[in-house]
Amino acid sequence: MISVNNLNKSFGELHILKDITEEIHKGEKVVIIGPSGSGKSTFLRCLNLMETPTSGEIIFDGVDITKANIKEVNLLRRKMGMVFQHFNLFPHLTIKKNITLAPVKLGIMTKDEADKKAMALLEKVGLADKADQFPTQISGGQKQRIAIARSLAMNPDVMLFDEPTSALDPEMVGEVLNLMKELADDGMTMVVVTHEMGFAREVASRVMFMEDGRIVEQGSPDKFFNNPTNPRLKEFLSKVL
Amino acid sequence: MELFNSLKDSFYENFIVDDRWKYLTDGLKNTLLITILAILIGIILGFIVAIIRATHDKTGKMKILNFFAKIYLTIIRGTPVVVQLMIIYFVIFGSVNINKVFVAVLAFGLNSGAYVAEIVRSGIMSIDNGQFEAGSSLGLSYRQTMTSIILPQAFKNVLPALANEFIVLLKETSVAGYIAIADLTKGGDVIRSQTYDPFLPLIAVAVIYLVMVMFLTSLVTKLERRLAKNDKR
Repeated sequence: MISVNNLNKSFGELHILKDITEEIHKGEKVVIIGPSGSGKSTFLRCLNLMETPTSGEIIFDGVDITKANIKEVNLLRRKMGMVFQHFNLFPHLTIKKNITLAPVKLGIMTKDEADKKAMALLEKVGLADKADQFPTQISGGQKQRIAIARSLAMNPDVMLFDEPTSALDPEMVGEVLNLMKELADDGMTMVVVTHEMGFAREVASRVMFMEDGRIVEQGSPDKFFNNPTNPRLKEFLSKVL
Repeated sequence: MELFNSLKDSFYENFIVDDRWKYLTDGLKNTLLITILAILIGIILGFIVAIIRATHDKTGKMKILNFFAKIYLTIIRGTPVVVQLMIIYFVIFGSVNINKVFVAVLAFGLNSGAYVAEIVRSGIMSIDNGQFEAGSSLGLSYRQTMTSIILPQAFKNVLPALANEFIVLLKETSVAGYIAIADLTKGGDVIRSQTYDPFLPLIAVAVIYLVMVMFLTSLVTKLERRLAKNDKR
């Protein structure tokens, strides 16, 4: 579904991603872990071109998106939902409008269709009663669930999660992870950057460990957590588990 | 009692005789007309320039437009508005017969646009980049993100500063007399020159400005409160 070939990304002198080649298949739940500064968020953000790669190609649905023009990029982003660490809900719009804005603006749905879809999604994330409230009136966990619903409204083929629980109070992490699990069970293709090892172990079909701009080890959660081979990964796991 | 009587005489002399109050009301009409039209030009021009500047700052695009926008801002903000007004009237339109009020609207609108532009630009730049990213991650174009996500929030944030700019503009139009427009200030001055009594005409002019400013301020407070309902940060 997504093929990454020799991806490099530098910020000025700083070489963040080093020659990454990777394949993400339909239906996979890929969890990326690693120390901060290892490039995992940058890698994720390259996938929908939130960051422009310095070199290399990213092939999504058969098209090299690094060579696409801005219109094509906007089209492909519709198919890739993204959930941010800081939610990035639109504070000036109600919860429902947060969800319906993009489908209506882009002419994908009429206002009525979008409203219906929004209510169905709010039902799914368990926040139907918040439809007419504003983002400032709900908790962090609720905000993140709304942000997920907002992405789902575009019917994406893949969902990218950039540390979705890192900005949450500990007691709110569970509700977001549970929703993500549900999503995984529904068969959504997911790429998740997270520090939640329990989630990785339970939900991931594949776990990747990034270190210094490279994917240094990956495998099934079982093998990854129980029989790590890379010394840096062993050290990392001994600290976080 | 004597003071009251002399005030009464003075009032009669300054405002009633020869219908002199009409200098003030006619002047007020011009002041309001110039201010309102200049605000409109200022808003339109200011938003356009602000979007050009912010787009350049954020994406590096629009280099040429940004260059001209910067020249415009430097010149307008670097020179007094009364000089700009006179240059437009006596130099640019010096050889043509042109409506003075139109010239004033143009001059004050151009002037205000520069200040509005910097206010709005600061508003756009103050919006968290995550809002842009959220918009584009949903497939919205830069323009769509700008108009339906960024600008509404930026506008709300800069509303007090914008209102202040328009209040300043209302008062600044008092220099319109330099190109012989009979505005409110000029009206008071004409009465003074006829009655040789500066006190009441000028106080009356000041009070009228003050009342208008207070009215505008209360309107803005109301609007701010209504906008704040959606957004308690």
